[in-house]
Amino acid sequence: MTTRGWITLAVMALLGVLPPLFFLTGNPFYLDLATRLVILAIAAVSLNLILGYGGLVSFGHAAFVGLGAYAVGIPAHHWLYTGWGDWATMGYVQLPLAVLACAVFALLTGLVCLRTKGVYFIMITMAFAQMIYYLIVSIEEYGGDDGLVIDTRSQFAWIDLDNPLQLFGLAYVSLIVSMVLVRLIVNSRFGMVLQGAKGNPDRMATLGFNVYVFRLVAYVISGAMAGYAGALLGNFTTFISPEMMDWSRSGELMFMVILGGASTTVGPVLGAVVFIVLEEVLSHFTIYWHLPFGLLLMAVVLFVRGGLAGMFGRKED
Amino acid sequence: MDFSLLVIQGLNGLQLGLLLFLVASGLTLVFGILDFVNLAHGSLYMLGAFFCATLTYLFGNFILALIVAVPITGVIGFLVERFVARPLYARDHLDHVLGTFGLILVIDTLTHLIWGPEGLSVPLPDWLRGQITLWGDTVVPTFRLMIIGAGLAAAAGLFWMVNRTRLGMLIRAGASNRTMVSALGIDIELLFGLVFALGAAMAGLAGMLIAPITEATIGMGNGIIITAFVVIIVGGIGSIKGAFIAALLIGLIDTLGRSFLDDIFALFMSPVAAENSAPAISAMLIYIIMALVLAFRPQGLFPPKVR
Amino acid sequence: MSAVLQIDGLNKSFGGIKATDNLNLSVQKGELHAVIGPNGAGKTTMISQLCGSQRPDTGRILYAGRDITTLPPHKRAHLGITRSYQITSLIMEMSVIDNVALALQARDGHSFRFLRPARSLSHLRDKAMDLLGKVDLTAKAEHRTKALSHGEHRRMEIAIALASDAELMLLDEPMAGLGSHESMQMVELLRGIKGQHTILLIEHDMEAVFALADRISVLVYGHIIATGTPDEIRGNEAVQHAYLGEE
Repeated sequence: MTTRGWITLAVMALLGVLPPLFFLTGNPFYLDLATRLVILAIAAVSLNLILGYGGLVSFGHAAFVGLGAYAVGIPAHHWLYTGWGDWATMGYVQLPLAVLACAVFALLTGLVCLRTKGVYFIMITMAFAQMIYYLIVSIEEYGGDDGLVIDTRSQFAWIDLDNPLQLFGLAYVSLIVSMVLVRLIVNSRFGMVLQGAKGNPDRMATLGFNVYVFRLVAYVISGAMAGYAGALLGNFTTFISPEMMDWSRSGELMFMVILGGASTTVGPVLGAVVFIVLEEVLSHFTIYWHLPFGLLLMAVVLFVRGGLAGMFGRKED
Repeated sequence: MDFSLLVIQGLNGLQLGLLLFLVASGLTLVFGILDFVNLAHGSLYMLGAFFCATLTYLFGNFILALIVAVPITGVIGFLVERFVARPLYARDHLDHVLGTFGLILVIDTLTHLIWGPEGLSVPLPDWLRGQITLWGDTVVPTFRLMIIGAGLAAAAGLFWMVNRTRLGMLIRAGASNRTMVSALGIDIELLFGLVFALGAAMAGLAGMLIAPITEATIGMGNGIIITAFVVIIVGGIGSIKGAFIAALLIGLIDTLGRSFLDDIFALFMSPVAAENSAPAISAMLIYIIMALVLAFRPQGLFPPKVR
Repeated sequence: MSAVLQIDGLNKSFGGIKATDNLNLSVQKGELHAVIGPNGAGKTTMISQLCGSQRPDTGRILYAGRDITTLPPHKRAHLGITRSYQITSLIMEMSVIDNVALALQARDGHSFRFLRPARSLSHLRDKAMDLLGKVDLTAKAEHRTKALSHGEHRRMEIAIALASDAELMLLDEPMAGLGSHESMQMVELLRGIKGQHTILLIEHDMEAVFALADRISVLVYGHIIATGTPDEIRGNEAVQHAYLGEE
């Protein structure tokens, strides 16, 4: 196994073992931190599919996360206030709804975004995310600016999401599944085309590939996965607001991917770990923690090529 | 729909459009000439507002503060070009975006450190505080008219500079052919710095003009920057004319949409349904317009000529 | 013999410059047809229009009797047209064999497969290895494309063109930038595939062109001024005047 393979295993093992240990030894706070981390890592993994492997710089990924969270919050809200049946709180309804809603949103916006390239693409993905942001703000029924409290977490027969350990377990397993899924996809024939289109779209077209369609499919898959992460996030925080979709959230997801190492399996997870831990530590010291954070971000962009995963071992992990 | 409300909202839309143009013109110039995506452009808009607020207290005079604060914001822009943008020119757009995203965090936090977390209000002189009667009982605040006047003047000044002066000629040449400009023996680095400074000054001016209405607040730039993106996408990235037309279009559509969409919807649906759906649709209106424009013209309304 | 490719009255301008000026050309099935012409004669613009990355202003392109003038590149590829690039245009981050395997995959037609690892598909890998053998790159198969030399990149281009098993191969200056030894290798390579595919060869290297071509067309200022066998072209006064005289 390669160095990077070992690092992947080590990171995942620590991530799976440490948080429950903290919880069982009377430090529930660290489990909470890890749950948030793992959920954001899923979103980062999904972003890596299009950003890292597809070369599509999407600056609106937080919109999918937010939309996924509202797919949990809105049915739960109607269940409580407008008499929707118990089905509205079922996990089997909410999670697929989150995935589906995001897939549809990705499809509709992707149809437009992917007609453009380069900097247009960056700005348009950003703009569409902002559109969803303002849309949610404008709907008073769902709390608008103030956000929405989720009174009931998604209901499953076999797992209780009110139990922090079980919620973490679900998130952790989901992260592993999403990593395996993305890895399978990028190494499949579809993934080869996606990566080829990142390297040289004209060549791919000359070979006979309709690059647009391949990218659109990848964009939809990525959006749907981020929506799933959002549904988990909603269950974790039990309070959701349009702020989750702010473009700085999208920027943070992007930063995780780049910091950890784009187009590697472990990169986004590593990036999420460093990001969340650093955020936690810095904000502990000073309310001005965004300052060193911003400087660090700039330093990473200027000086660290290939991210953390790029420091260990070569590209073929 | 009453006519004087339409006029007043039309003026508000014009005002928003002009402010958008001031922000978007710098973005589109910087992108057109330097091929650089500056997310932190909104932070310069915010800095302009804070400089102007502080100087207004210092001088006791808003107009004087404005005149001094504009070049200061320009200098900040010049420094941003020198120390942040320049090392990133050779990189791809992703690095531009991430680097300037970091810069936003830095500038926002520094602003927080220097000016504190609260917004800063900007007092206006008495003569700007009143209202002007257009006819009957249709009145508009004097200051809003001043914003429109100042916005139009700045836009006209920018067009004059770009189309009539030597610097403008270099900027236009640089937008279409960078190699040629450097071949002419022009100090291209200085030119880039000046373009950045000019863009910063325009954005700063927009922040200064809006601050007396909204206060100078941290993060005020992060909302307008996305709308400015929509403007330059619709107008065609790199085109100042496109930015102007698109800015007015977006400003008017957004403002009028928010105030009249429910009335329009009520023409063909029940008043309750109109009341419920109008806010959501009007919030999305400019993005829908953007999507429509792109569906037919992926390069925007006025795509720049061969690059 | 029948015309595989028929170009009628093609025009394309950029600003005021006519890159393609009433261009007529007919390429017969199975022949190696070379297009020569001085720098700036519009050779690459012609290829771009043939493969679909640029649209002509006016005129028609017929492929096997079908009008393909407005077809996008990927659809032309499906009909059996492939091109190589003058400026090496490979996917640099991928391995050599992956580049070739992708071209095979394009013909294979099963690219919306999401889970099975592409690199485990032996029918693609074996065929790719075969093709790399033909261009003498077997040893470099697993190397990153970026790490290969210019001459090796040119040979990869040929392997990829072969991989698409296209009826019509548009080769844009395959010898560009090659040393004399590498050029000879390339000539031998092309001689080996000649006859199996219809080839439209754009090339600066006169020695190579006259050694390989069945017929030659001379392009000057976007217009074909003569077409004929190598001997006919050698003897053509207009050509000597417009082109060979300058050499």
